[in-house]
Amino acid sequence: MATSEGTMVTQVEADHSLRRRDFINIAAVSFAGVGAAAVTLPLISQMNPSADVLALASIEVDISKIAPGQAIKTSWRKQPVFVRNLTPKEIAEANAVKTADLRDPQTLAERTKPGKENWLITLGVCTHLGCVPLGTGEGENRGDYGGYFCPCHGSHYDTAARIRKGPAPTNLAVPEYAFTSDTVVTIG
Amino acid sequence: MSFAWAKPYEPKTELGRWIDDRLPLPRLVYGAIGGGYPVPRNLNYLWNFGVLSGLFLVIQIVTGIVLAMHYYATADGAFNSVEHIMRNVNAGWMLRYAHANGASFFFIVVYIHIFRGLFYGSYKAPREMVWMLGLVIYLLMMATAFMGYVLPWGQMSYWGAQVITGFFSAFPLVGEPIRVWLLGGYAPDQAALTRFFSLHYLLPFVIAGVTILHIWALHIPGSGNPTGVDVKNEKDTLPFHPFYTAKDGWFAGAVLIAYCVLLFFAPNFLGHPDNYIPANPLATPAHIVPEWYFWPFYAILRAFTVDFLWIFPAKLWGVLAMFASILLLFFLPWLDKSPVRSGHYRPMFKRFFWLLLLDVLILGYVGGAEINAFNIALGQFASAYYFIHFLIILPLVSIFERPLPLPNSISESVLHGEKKEAAPIGVTPPGAATAAE
Amino acid sequence: MLRILLGLIGAAFAAALLASLGTDLATYFSSPSEETAEHRFHKEPKELRLASDGPFGKFDRQQLQRGFQVYKEVCAACHGLNLVAFRDLHALGYSEAEVKAIANQWAVEVPTVNPDTGEVATRKAVPADRFPNPYPNDTAARAANNNALPPDLSLITKARHGGAAYVYSLLTGYQEPSPELLKEFPDAKPGEGLYHNPYFANLNLAMPQPITSEGQVTYAEGNPKPTVEQMSKDVSAFLVWTAEPKLENRHRYGIATIIFLLVATVLGYLSYQNIWASAKRKVAAKGPLDPANKAKRQRASKKAGMKK
Repeated sequence: MATSEGTMVTQVEADHSLRRRDFINIAAVSFAGVGAAAVTLPLISQMNPSADVLALASIEVDISKIAPGQAIKTSWRKQPVFVRNLTPKEIAEANAVKTADLRDPQTLAERTKPGKENWLITLGVCTHLGCVPLGTGEGENRGDYGGYFCPCHGSHYDTAARIRKGPAPTNLAVPEYAFTSDTVVTIG
Repeated sequence: MSFAWAKPYEPKTELGRWIDDRLPLPRLVYGAIGGGYPVPRNLNYLWNFGVLSGLFLVIQIVTGIVLAMHYYATADGAFNSVEHIMRNVNAGWMLRYAHANGASFFFIVVYIHIFRGLFYGSYKAPREMVWMLGLVIYLLMMATAFMGYVLPWGQMSYWGAQVITGFFSAFPLVGEPIRVWLLGGYAPDQAALTRFFSLHYLLPFVIAGVTILHIWALHIPGSGNPTGVDVKNEKDTLPFHPFYTAKDGWFAGAVLIAYCVLLFFAPNFLGHPDNYIPANPLATPAHIVPEWYFWPFYAILRAFTVDFLWIFPAKLWGVLAMFASILLLFFLPWLDKSPVRSGHYRPMFKRFFWLLLLDVLILGYVGGAEINAFNIALGQFASAYYFIHFLIILPLVSIFERPLPLPNSISESVLHGEKKEAAPIGVTPPGAATAAE
Repeated sequence: MLRILLGLIGAAFAAALLASLGTDLATYFSSPSEETAEHRFHKEPKELRLASDGPFGKFDRQQLQRGFQVYKEVCAACHGLNLVAFRDLHALGYSEAEVKAIANQWAVEVPTVNPDTGEVATRKAVPADRFPNPYPNDTAARAANNNALPPDLSLITKARHGGAAYVYSLLTGYQEPSPELLKEFPDAKPGEGLYHNPYFANLNLAMPQPITSEGQVTYAEGNPKPTVEQMSKDVSAFLVWTAEPKLENRHRYGIATIIFLLVATVLGYLSYQNIWASAKRKVAAKGPLDPANKAKRQRASKKAGMKK
């Protein structure tokens, strides 16, 4: 064969110790790896809710027109929310129940704000499989306990929207909310 | 792949052996881009652009898929959905600019890759198939890019769609029905938009498939090199990994810097302001121009202003010439049959190559410039030269030119001390020693 | 055979092009087209320097607030901003309460449906809403503006050549048509409902000068004087923000990314040199172009009796 100049590539010996001069290769590959990892960050974060969706994460509800005994249905984060002005009779009924008897033990006080126990604000989503319970509108069936009734599989909620009868496992969820004034509630 | 000294794949771990016995995919990758693929050792940086094209295809696919999670393909919602991405989606502005500028860089890189092929005779035997598959990829890229540009539904999107689909009506009889069939209507509207979205999502994966065929076809004879001389023995080659993975890697970093400079600091430089105006079918923009990578073809299209030869109106000439300008490239291996591959050893060919490059740059300028008498004439000259170059000049050059003598082998050309010079193919120089290894 | 056929096709295209060239040249020399008034008298935008210019540009929030004020008091009557939401104004430095107030007090209300009667109604805007359009639709907009449609301004600085400089030049460029223009192109005189402005592509536009007098908008204490120049500059800067609210993020990420890539590329290059050091290359991959080789080639070809 011809000249000696055309030597072959010498493979890096299978040393157990990395030679100093291979450090640069490792450094370069590591940097590229860090870059590749950094690239995935925007790719993943773009799937999180966008700014306009987050803007609707919090709503204000005007409760000045809701008389005692009345309730309204509104929408928050694309889900129904029930805002009810409890009558004193309904409050008394709720407080008379022994919490130990409840499937999901909670008192009315735990589900309302201090000084505003007549305002019951809950999600309008049955905790069984997600239907919207009846009871907010005039003349709607309020179930055996005078609260809400879910027609899908027969869950009955009481005046504090706690599950009393039927397949639902927990009480209607209470979202995060705050009274910004006596007539306006901010939910979320 | 047929080099005898190619290192065979040897799995080093139990897991490696287990996989190799059941699905020889690691073996395939090793033999294609790993230590098992011998590559000529004298490649210059023009050989990096194939891998760079692949990189930008991946960038486009990844950014495109995430953009599609937020885009609405409706005529009333499309424009606003793109602005929604720019303003509301987390990092949406980055993804959108990455995709728009990625398309431009994909074309820049592919054009350099094609011109490398033209200069070094990469289209010649036995790589004709590689060349033709590459042209198929290019055509698919053009279709994909055109449809992608329509999706934001800006003024240029809409009117560009009008003009390009209008080409088809140039064909007699079948033209108008084909145009209406393509659009699903009489003008670009909802039907056209949704189908363009569907196809724009599909074609890049078709491109990926054809790219695999393109690489496969290349790996049968192996890569070419700047001398055009075939690989003769182990001294001529280096394993792809780590030599060319390292070279491709660092150069990709440099190209990505250029890409990021555009993306982050001049993201609309290669675009057109009119596409930030929502599409209005009742108001035509003052100057309808496609994106820059279509400008040479746009120049050829508009160069024909006279109904030459009675049966062919000027518009039809323009459309036919535009298609012909790409289709003639398929015939290049048969137009240019010189046995010498590389332009380095073909002085006459080399001069005409530079003329072609200048010509294409002029065509590109004319395609995007304003329409006046000078630019039209320039475009006509440049278009005429383009056809004459490929269809008349190259065949004649390949018959009549005297190429320079080729080096004996790649390793001789790379290293000092070549004692022997080979004669060009087909000539036995009087008294000269014949090439012997 | 194939080459002859292809050669003929090439000749046909070349001939058609020659015919076109010939005809066009003949037309040009016999009846050259006149230069249009727009072409001759249209002016390129004046120079405008903004804090957001350049790769390290940042918004001048105080200027943006002034610009928003100009938009609100001068432009919003006719021009919408329908891609911008009120909550986006936080970026200008307004507090939550201020943004809520701006939305609540916005002159145009947001279309909605009366929950009791189902009739079309309007309600006050909340921060989550986008700026409502001043007109219910394009036809109404045209009817109120002499058949001209005032464009939405959200993207105007990206939708025009010259960007913010163009907007600024337009706002400050209203003038009487020059005597040369009127002499050569008497038709270029602005007709009824049009106003001359050489920075506009067609020289005459349907919008009358919107910012006409100093103090048209009253700026708060600590701001520059509200001259026509200053107000035009401020609103142009504001419109750069409406078109590119993420400009500062973009610049920040850009600098970080490019620094990272520079380091990565340098490391990559060093690694490449390190790996290739073991591949003997006396002539750095330029075999055929090396002068010594070239000389050798020339000697060999002479020896072989071939002309160069």
